Amino acid sequence: MSALRRVLPPLVLVLVLLLAWELYADTRSGYAVLLPPVHEIAAALASNASLIASDLATTARVVALGLGVALVLGVASAVAIHFSRLARDAAYPLLVGSQAIPVAVLAPLLVFWWGFGVLPKLFVIVLICFFPIVVTTVDALAAVDADQLKLMRTLGASRWQAFRFAEWPAALPGALSGARIAVAVAVIGAVIAEISTPGTSSGLGHEIQLDLSFATAQATARAWAATSVLFAFALACFYAFGLAQRRLAPWTARARGAYV
Amino acid sequence: MQDATRDAVRVHGIEHSYGTTRALAGLSMRVARGEVFALVGPSGCGKTTLLELISGLARPDAGEIEAELAVLMPQRDLLLPWLAAIDNAALALRLAGTPRALARERAHALFGELGLAGFEQAMPHELSGGMRQRVAFLRTLLAGRPVLCLDEPFGALDAITRAEAQRWLENVLLKRPRTVVLVTHDVEEAVLLADRVAVMCARPGRVIEELPVTLPRPRSRTEPGLVALRERALVALAKGMDGSGPGFEGGARRQAGGGS
Repeated sequence: MSALRRVLPPLVLVLVLLLAWELYADTRSGYAVLLPPVHEIAAALASNASLIASDLATTARVVALGLGVALVLGVASAVAIHFSRLARDAAYPLLVGSQAIPVAVLAPLLVFWWGFGVLPKLFVIVLICFFPIVVTTVDALAAVDADQLKLMRTLGASRWQAFRFAEWPAALPGALSGARIAVAVAVIGAVIAEISTPGTSSGLGHEIQLDLSFATAQATARAWAATSVLFAFALACFYAFGLAQRRLAPWTARARGAYV
Repeated sequence: MQDATRDAVRVHGIEHSYGTTRALAGLSMRVARGEVFALVGPSGCGKTTLLELISGLARPDAGEIEAELAVLMPQRDLLLPWLAAIDNAALALRLAGTPRALARERAHALFGELGLAGFEQAMPHELSGGMRQRVAFLRTLLAGRPVLCLDEPFGALDAITRAEAQRWLENVLLKRPRTVVLVTHDVEEAVLLADRVAVMCARPGRVIEELPVTLPRPRSRTEPGLVALRERALVALAKGMDGSGPGFEGGARRQAGGGS
């Protein structure tokens, strides 16, 4: 009952939107190159299933890798920033500024350095994901109750023990929230990386770019089919992290009655 | 004349300020080994500051403190939400390097004594306020320090739970004598539990009167000797508030609502 009540509203909303899309796109002739009706996208998805599946595998792999690297680097940086005022003062402006670097400017240089392999794309994803992870983790670490730390001190905790027993578990939900935001931007990051990195030959972003360049109704439908897969993939990643959060930090999910 | 070698805590001429606010001015006090010493006083009279100084969490601006190793039990229970009750109670042991199993074993022995048997594995959010306070007290006791600094340990409990808490505290201390510095805004609690009650005045905080409590234990809150002492303490408190209140009854009530 409660599971149904949870699933039903978004499902109905998506169906209504798809229906509106279908009616809008289908009644306008000559629109198909720009916005194919839903049934044509579904057909394109079905007939290109294996192609899109292999593109998804490429994109998913680079997203998982990038996210993993960003998580390790992001959390490590957050901890360094938390412990060292100097690290915070030195790194924060750079961190914020790095978010404004257009990937298109960076990508050719990265390819020049590292070739056409996975590395340039990985770098782009890490660059994009790093920021939300660091910021949420730093904030979560800083939000730990001062009284709690005083208690740890009176119980004889060293600085490291206070971190391990009190600060780190308290900050974990925040770090995981950052990871959830990162997971959503990682997917779009992968697409941007695939589009802007020269010499890319597979991946959903590459597929979409290629299809759009054909400018035919059939190719556009395929681009939309790939986009719908991206949509589902981002959603799945996001919920997977929500699940991980409940597993790793069950006390918060209970306390807040969190939804995901 | 007290024998200096039997003092567990000796405070002489303590001065402490926060910015321009003088929290403590020339405060002196002594607590004998094994004595339960209660401090009562209006909000902002520096009681909490004094406990932090005694337990070494802060240094005084001037004056001398000699104290055996002390542990502070803060006003809030501050149980770690990700640890089961028994692990919260055993926290200080873990911090001191005791293996988890042994730490749990030692905590377990005390759980029964405080009426917590069967709640070892309960998470903090599953416990009532009174039980959480008991776990917090166990955590303080298991820190193994000769001096316990209790900062309004029962301030947040309702009247019935508080009476219950006072009873178990008295019992535990009868069985396992410790030197206790008890800060409270509840005058009745002070005379019920303490061997000596010091009345403080506010801004700046200092001791204005000391009342020895020689009544045999266990004490009843309705016995005439205790009631008389409570009245004396209330009169002293009202005086400490510059006699500006509408008599000591009103002063006492303002107390009870205040906290510190």
